[in-house]
Amino acid sequence: MLDKFERNVIITALTVSALFIFSIFYALGAKRQDVSECLPYNKTYETARVEQIDAKTYQIYYVARMWNFEPAISYIPVGSEVDLFVTSLDVVHGFNVFDKNVNLMAVPGGVAKTTVKFTEPGVYKIVCHEFCGTGHQNMEAEIIVNYPRK
Amino acid sequence: MQVSRPIRNILLIELFVPILLLTLGIYHGLMQVIYRSGVIQRTSVAGLDYYQGLTLHGVINAIVLTTFFAVAFGHATMIFYTKREPNKTATLVSMLLMVIGTGLAAAAILAGKASVLYTFYPPLKAHPAFYIGTAMLIVGSWIPYFDWVRMYLSWKREHPQESTPVAVIGTLVNFTIWFVCTLAVAYEVLVMLVPWSLGWTQEINIMLARTLFWFFGHALVYFWLLPSYIMFYTMLPKLAGGKLYSGNAGRIAFFIFLILSIPIGVHHQFGDPSIGRGVKLTQSILTFGVAIPSFITAFTIAASLEYAARKRGATGLWSWIWKLPFFRKDVYLFGYLINGLILFIFGGLTGLVNASYSLNNVVHNTSFIPGHFHLTVGGPVFLAILGMSIYMLSQLTGKRIYAPVLNTIVPYLWTVGVLIFSAGLMYGGLIGEPRRTNMGLTYLNPSSEQFNPYWVVSSMLGLAGGGIMFTAGLLYFISFFGTCFRRRSAEPVIDLPVSETLHEERRVPLLDSFKPWLAIMGLIIFLTYAPAISDAINNTNRKAPPYKPTDPVPVVRQ
Ligand SMILES: [Cu+2]
Repeated sequence: MLDKFERNVIITALTVSALFIFSIFYALGAKRQDVSECLPYNKTYETARVEQIDAKTYQIYYVARMWNFEPAISYIPVGSEVDLFVTSLDVVHGFNVFDKNVNLMAVPGGVAKTTVKFTEPGVYKIVCHEFCGTGHQNMEAEIIVNYPRK
Repeated sequence: MQVSRPIRNILLIELFVPILLLTLGIYHGLMQVIYRSGVIQRTSVAGLDYYQGLTLHGVINAIVLTTFFAVAFGHATMIFYTKREPNKTATLVSMLLMVIGTGLAAAAILAGKASVLYTFYPPLKAHPAFYIGTAMLIVGSWIPYFDWVRMYLSWKREHPQESTPVAVIGTLVNFTIWFVCTLAVAYEVLVMLVPWSLGWTQEINIMLARTLFWFFGHALVYFWLLPSYIMFYTMLPKLAGGKLYSGNAGRIAFFIFLILSIPIGVHHQFGDPSIGRGVKLTQSILTFGVAIPSFITAFTIAASLEYAARKRGATGLWSWIWKLPFFRKDVYLFGYLINGLILFIFGGLTGLVNASYSLNNVVHNTSFIPGHFHLTVGGPVFLAILGMSIYMLSQLTGKRIYAPVLNTIVPYLWTVGVLIFSAGLMYGGLIGEPRRTNMGLTYLNPSSEQFNPYWVVSSMLGLAGGGIMFTAGLLYFISFFGTCFRRRSAEPVIDLPVSETLHEERRVPLLDSFKPWLAIMGLIIFLTYAPAISDAINNTNRKAPPYKPTDPVPVVRQ
């Protein structure tokens, strides 16, 4: 039904795809890369706050609304592991932490979660990257790592 | 072959209306790169707001143009290959629904009452006319599908032993994907959004709306792409002066598209809450599966082109490439298709980046995404549409092409523009430049405290490439509308270039039957989307009332 060349083409195509799929699993295991978890929702996610769990672990609960994030500025010591929870009170917003591969959607009624480690001091800008109305381009927040507490 | 006058006129309207609107779509493409690069630091120019322009650009270029063209081209392939005409009333009703629907949606956007971007994005609310218009456009495009199935079955009865032509399989596969995937968005629009936007219902489940949208939203890109694939398989080898290396490879590719185009939409929702990781991983893997037909196509077409070049006397391992008819005015379609293929090499590879479970975190919703999809939608899809539109226009009117030199260089100029534009956007995306944002107001406005110098170079590259793309668009419009106003010099016909296959091919029953593939399609969609939809319904705690894009307070019923 297929000549040798055609068969080779299809085998090559399958092999290349298998390689990509292998890479996904490799990244899942070795690099512990992941995507947003599916968490049961409750009202507590709608209160913006920073919580310290222990010396090196923090949790930041972000609440997005037209057109700001709360908390607008959070202070975190260098080397902490931070759980980020993001929800929205009105429309859909985006949540992108500069330089950190954190990329979540803030959706009303749902809570997106990811964990990120801050090993370098600096100001990490967060921008909204989903169109959320006419003030969308103003929507920003900051995570300040290792700056002296005010 | 000859086509009856009413059908011919309907096809001409289906080519003319979207290209006319495209002038607006391309204008807003140019405006966006200007706003984004900070050259303009305003919310609106000439009464049209940035986000309104973005909505126009997206809806016209990605939905109106592509849907109209797919229907017109589908008619042409079905008429040409089955030697039958579609039902006149059905074709007329379909065209009217599409034109009126488009008019309604365009009016709502132009009035500034539907700046919700082409992805709808509830709970941002548009005027009901926007949703109803879009639904009419979609429903209008369903009608020819059923008519073509009738034409195909009647052809089949007369030719029981013959293999179905690749173009017919491609067209039917494409509209099957389209029909199935638009069922979800029709549900979203008609059952959820319209009553809600009219104020009859108070709140909707946003995660469910998003999930239904992406059920359609990713399959949509294959709906755009498959007409180009049909041209790659059935026309490109002939235009190059050769033969198609393998027709069966084409059939396999189309059937893989049929079963895998839809159950992969969740890869747009990796950052979304409420949907489980298992569903996300499964759909990510299937997304890699749908790259397989593209690999097969790349190899088959490259082999066919090499064969054509060697037939023209080329030798050498690579130098055969220069024997292809790149700048010949008489085979200008070759230029459109080959440039589309070149762009698609980059478009496909960057698409695999988006689809990757973990790499997606780096690029999701950054300008990398428009950088990527301008290499696909703005590449093979758009170029095939432009080339074939002017080709069909010239044939159906019997008029010679106006300014054929311009028409021949358009795809090359466009390709240079897209490569610069997309390189800029993708580079910007890797350093966090957000998409869908009027950056001229803040991030690229030196007098704003949000000014971000990282994105200056990338958005300037976007501006340069966008400017070249706009110029190519202008040249095309001169050629297209110039042709409309010429005098008739030949009989109106539909004649598509037909590539013979290189080898005599026996009929393979599995590759000439829709039933088994349709069954697999249904099964995979059920297995992948039942958990996704159930997650979206069960893990979303509260529903959302409608919001106007201009106002942080929800719209309440008066
Ligand atoms: Cu926002």
